[in-house]
Amino acid sequence: MGKQLAAVLGTGQTHHRAKRTDVSMPGLLREAVDRAMEDARVDWPDIDAVVVGKAPDMFEGVMMPELFLADALGANGKPLLRVHTAGSVGGSTALVAASLVQAGVHRRVLTVAYEKQSESNAMWALSILPPFQMPVGAGAGGYFAPHVRSYIRRSGAPEHVGAIVAAKDRRNGALNPFAHLRQPDITVESVRASQMLWDPIRYDETCPSSDGACAMVLGDEAAGDAVVGGAAWIHATAMRTEPTTFAGRDQVNPRAGQEAAAALWREAGISDPLSEVDAAEIYVPFSWFEPMWLENLGFMPEGEGWKLTEAGETAIGGRLPVNPSGGVLSSNPIGASGMLRFSEAAKQVMGRAGDYQVDGARTALGHAYGGGSQYFSMWVVGSAKPGS
Amino acid sequence: MTAAETETPLSAPLDVGFDYTRSVGPVLGRFVNALRERRVVGVRGDDGRVHVPPVEYDPDTARALTDFTDVGDEGTVVSWSWVAEPLDGQPLQRPFAWALIRLDGADTCLLHAVDAGSPSRISTGMRVKARWADETVGHIRDIVCFVSVDSPPEDPAPAPPPPPVAERAEGEPVSTVITPIHLHYMHSASPEESRYLRGLAEGRLLGQRCPACGKVYVPPRGACPTDGVPTTDEVELPDTGIVTTFCIVNVPFLGQRIKPPYVAAYILLDGADIAFLHLVLGCEASEVRMGMRVRAAWKPREEWSTTLENIAHFEPTGEPDAPYESFAHHL
Repeated sequence: MGKQLAAVLGTGQTHHRAKRTDVSMPGLLREAVDRAMEDARVDWPDIDAVVVGKAPDMFEGVMMPELFLADALGANGKPLLRVHTAGSVGGSTALVAASLVQAGVHRRVLTVAYEKQSESNAMWALSILPPFQMPVGAGAGGYFAPHVRSYIRRSGAPEHVGAIVAAKDRRNGALNPFAHLRQPDITVESVRASQMLWDPIRYDETCPSSDGACAMVLGDEAAGDAVVGGAAWIHATAMRTEPTTFAGRDQVNPRAGQEAAAALWREAGISDPLSEVDAAEIYVPFSWFEPMWLENLGFMPEGEGWKLTEAGETAIGGRLPVNPSGGVLSSNPIGASGMLRFSEAAKQVMGRAGDYQVDGARTALGHAYGGGSQYFSMWVVGSAKPGS
Repeated sequence: MTAAETETPLSAPLDVGFDYTRSVGPVLGRFVNALRERRVVGVRGDDGRVHVPPVEYDPDTARALTDFTDVGDEGTVVSWSWVAEPLDGQPLQRPFAWALIRLDGADTCLLHAVDAGSPSRISTGMRVKARWADETVGHIRDIVCFVSVDSPPEDPAPAPPPPPVAERAEGEPVSTVITPIHLHYMHSASPEESRYLRGLAEGRLLGQRCPACGKVYVPPRGACPTDGVPTTDEVELPDTGIVTTFCIVNVPFLGQRIKPPYVAAYILLDGADIAFLHLVLGCEASEVRMGMRVRAAWKPREEWSTTLENIAHFEPTGEPDAPYESFAHHL
């Protein structure tokens, strides 16, 4: 028995900032939800279920936040699910919501993901030291920097490739009215001149710490057909997981990501991703993860992802625009960052991406990863119905 | 029974705490700023009910609510529960009742403390009134507790000091409240890790080999993550190895225990199949290389305990670097 067709009916997000002290946590979510429901032209009675996601509870110190968010999410009397897969959670939350439609259980599902980083300190929360351990850990940057070094050594990529990604994504972010960092004048040279934080990762090559939320309304085939201007149809979805550490684990090109991508392209009927995908929103919290994930996702052969970046082909107007919205490097409300990738992919194929619209985008990738590169979630959305 | 199964696992306290900062938003903001003026504000829902504390969104219609209304600071106990032994951080430090109190003019209940003295002096239906703090700051603690209207306590409970207040410009309303949260755990190591830690206390590095794939794990896991079988073969490893990869941490952060800059490196001990994070010192950070041969620099024996911190750091041995091909599969 096959899946039912499902589509994105509308998307919404907050203005992402370092501190959104003007709104409560429920108010932050509602800002994104209200925009998504308006974009989807639906009202509360149209929503059958709500799926909410966020990264570790330690970030805001609220256990089971979905309980106190139920009123704000109009979830009283409806199924309300919470999803948690670390930084990939925005993506996996969207996929859980999609599965409720694809399974034929619900007609329209509201899904939302968020982080209000200003209520705590993620660097601290990611560096808690259990007894007996060596206190070497230094947040997400300290975790990923050695693996970035491994990538550079393995691929022979020139040192400036990371800066190319950072300058491109920040300039893209300047086209996005919702982005946290909007830096139209940033250059490869200015990125390379910024402070080295976790050598080999520089300050301008790291994502900001943001308050923000993202929401989408997903619907079934009839709901998708009714979208004025066309819905974003879900062509394929994939999630994979692997342990954080095991002997022989490939930390640069994790197997879970490779296998998720292979399953994704197979389901979408895509044999040559680089030629058949028009835009990609890839989870790149540190600049070097663009070339790394280009390889992991199968857009480029192993060791050659950086060549696409260096050639300028991942900029808007290039062969594969990557993160035209500005990506995680421009806005990072951690729990929402994955859903932003998924919704920005949908906006591209719906023709609703404004100043960073990729001309003629018909097929787009949304991607998220989380934990120590152990959770992967991704989808392919298209302007045409699958199979048509 | 293996040795690991007969030895008691090691345990130690793990305390985690942070002063979380809550943005109260336009609705709870109205509530806490009114408390600062010794008033209680509720909000009227779409069905006409008055919610106290005010809710930001109607529980039935999900609509944002804005119809604020003052309610009384006296009300009726709807239900209660006796706290015979108050915990740190609770409103009163002598026995009290948690009560659901419907304030006059409200349709929902506020949870707060009642300073009743004994459980015989509180009952459902009892009339209570707010006891306001001497100094109000814009926080639910501006109400110290509630007391009986007819027979308030003759010896009022001592009021705790006011809660911490977020910085704000003089005269500005409260937009953020500080919520300190502290969790106290007893963290236990697994039997296998405990054996490894006891080995460290004797200056030994103990790993385990998977009987299926032959990989050597240090610290030992008890089970192979690849094959899912118990790892029972103990292997003693030398304190020499290589740096597989590393970063130089230049970032200071809250709770950091090593002063930056420092080299955080994955160390692969000779004979092990998995690397662990440690420090590399004894040379300039810029001289640390992938493949560099290193040896453990142990702290003085009298400082050893059951921790990897017995090794102060790793330092270069001066031997030729390991060829990249020999460790590429460990990256």
